[in-house]
Amino acid sequence: MKESAGKVLALTWKDILSEMRTKEIITSIAAFALLVIVVVSLALDPSERTSAVAAGVLWIAFTFAGVLGLGRSFVMEKDKGCLQGLMLCPVDRAVIYFGKMLSTVIFMLVVEAIILPVFVILLDQPRFPPQLVLIAVLATVGFAAVGTLFSALSVNTKAREVMLPLLFLPVASPVIIAAIEASSLALAGEPWSEIVSWLGVMVAFDVIFLAVSPLVFEFVLEE
Amino acid sequence: MQILKQNILSTSALFALLFVTMTAALFLVFVYVPTEATMGIVQRIFYFHVPLAWVAFIAFGIVFLGSILYLRSSNRKWDRLAHSSAEIGMVFTTLVLITGPIWAKPVWGVWWTWDARLTTTFLLWFVYLGYLLVSSFASDESQGARYSAVIGIIGFLDVPIVALAIVLWSTQHPEPVMSESGGLTGSMLLTLMVSLAAFTLLFAYLLIHRVSLATAADEVRRLRQFADERDYDG
Amino acid sequence: MADSGQQADGCAIEVERLVKSYGDFNALRGVDLKVKWGEGLAIFGPNGAGKTTLIKILSTIAKASSGRVSVGGFDLRGDSVKARRQIGVVTHQTLLYDELSTYENLRFYGKMYDVPHLADRIRELLAQVDLESRRDDPVRTLSRGMQQRAAIARALLHDPPILLLDEPGTGLDQRANEMLINIVSSMCNGRRTVVMTTHSLEQGLAFCSRVLILARGNVAYEESGKLDISTLREVYHRHTGAGY
Repeated sequence: MKESAGKVLALTWKDILSEMRTKEIITSIAAFALLVIVVVSLALDPSERTSAVAAGVLWIAFTFAGVLGLGRSFVMEKDKGCLQGLMLCPVDRAVIYFGKMLSTVIFMLVVEAIILPVFVILLDQPRFPPQLVLIAVLATVGFAAVGTLFSALSVNTKAREVMLPLLFLPVASPVIIAAIEASSLALAGEPWSEIVSWLGVMVAFDVIFLAVSPLVFEFVLEE
Repeated sequence: MQILKQNILSTSALFALLFVTMTAALFLVFVYVPTEATMGIVQRIFYFHVPLAWVAFIAFGIVFLGSILYLRSSNRKWDRLAHSSAEIGMVFTTLVLITGPIWAKPVWGVWWTWDARLTTTFLLWFVYLGYLLVSSFASDESQGARYSAVIGIIGFLDVPIVALAIVLWSTQHPEPVMSESGGLTGSMLLTLMVSLAAFTLLFAYLLIHRVSLATAADEVRRLRQFADERDYDG
Repeated sequence: MADSGQQADGCAIEVERLVKSYGDFNALRGVDLKVKWGEGLAIFGPNGAGKTTLIKILSTIAKASSGRVSVGGFDLRGDSVKARRQIGVVTHQTLLYDELSTYENLRFYGKMYDVPHLADRIRELLAQVDLESRRDDPVRTLSRGMQQRAAIARALLHDPPILLLDEPGTGLDQRANEMLINIVSSMCNGRRTVVMTTHSLEQGLAFCSRVLILARGNVAYEESGKLDISTLREVYHRHTGAGY
């Protein structure tokens, strides 16, 4: 068990190392998220920048940017046959799943850490609620939990750019809804007690799919 | 050929039962049950709308079980069952989404309402779509079967969480709800139950036939492949 | 040498009635094969014969549709993780991360394979494949020939008793190809079991003691003992209808 954990971290570190060289995932996700926020905000006038609308803008941006990042995660492995290289390693397929999932979470959290303060400023929100951080973490883990599975799946099919969002968005919809609702309440200054049920939805989602995805992952990898 | 003959016989009995039940249901819905006070005649759609949603859910459950069994055994018959159920389920789900607006417009004046059941069904519709598209976009059939089985499992496990999120959402954002304003009277309950039975039998009938069609198609392909290989070798 | 699984009586690779179908297409239609420890087997065959599919199944990338496969003494149906420790694979793709250096790639794989004394082992391998000078350069800056040599280092990092090569010479010119074969020979040195699929009859013969021709998913011809190139060419043509 401990050695598997070490290998998961080795895989995650390999991804981080690669990303530090090219910075291509983080820059593209961040740029895209920012772009979505800017473009959508231009359509709103100041009176419309309520916490509810702002929360929607934020999570639409993070969702689409997240899909972009998830797609990149396995495209880089498919190149040069590296995915097969990973499959040759004497580890359970679940190790590959957790390694990739963890690196995706880390990349997305980095982007969110940059974008969140920018978002609060651009959309003229009265406060930066600390709840947003927890919401972002839970939602990101949820995205990566199913997203890693679907990314590996769509990279092997035709029309992969279309396949991933088509599969991901409906399945991840509870997380997206919960994130938007909870963020909206947090931005409006509501107390923790109000958002607890939404956090519960996200936690339930995360737990179920972190448990199930690694079990079916081998069927996606193997020919 | 034995299998086909057996099928036709057993489905004849099923068809007879289906015919009787569906006729009874139609009679109950259009003639027997009194018109609802607040919503008027269009409320009768409720007796189709709810059973359709119910059957769509059952269909998805079969997709789930078929998917698990396929991944464990790699036996194509489970994939055929799951795919057939998904196709029929997709049709029923689409009908739920169509009967929704037909009900909503005259009663609430809006074409669409983000009612909990309707919204959950809409998201379910997308998951079904993903299931069916994945097998057509895969590079070969066995990969398509495997990948859609994965979607079938993940999608089904997602449904309760989607429902939970939507129900929670609807408590915060009230919208017209598509159910009965009061309780159900005796005659309404009877009509609903018979309609439920009728549609379940319809689903079973369609499923059996779709599966035997798929089985026959697979057999034809297998034989053709065998003949091709023999020609080439010889 | 990574031990365990190596039995005196067993075979390095045992394949029984192996069938692999991709939907309707049957890539392998009942292959039987036994490779003894220390043997060198060359597999020839035209495109579409199933050579790559066979290697993929032996290396656990693909799952058999039916039949029994045992590699390194382990049945792939239950013990594929243990089986993977016994094999190293070289294909026409490098399986290396372009942005990382050869050294970093080997460090990563070394951790995944639990290679002991990793730093020393990497140094030793880099010397054997003659890549010490370029060890810190990103793999994408290396020539194709160098990349293949790095791939060999990766394949042999955990000192596997079995080496599988799937058309390793693809994309290499004559000289690089020869260098490749020399390196592989010296690193195997009769100690390892080698299975190589190749298009080149010369390359296969130079290397291996046994020969197998695969055609349309079946074993068309098998021969142990040395064959000369012209006999082999004639046999190949007879069984596959293709020339060389």
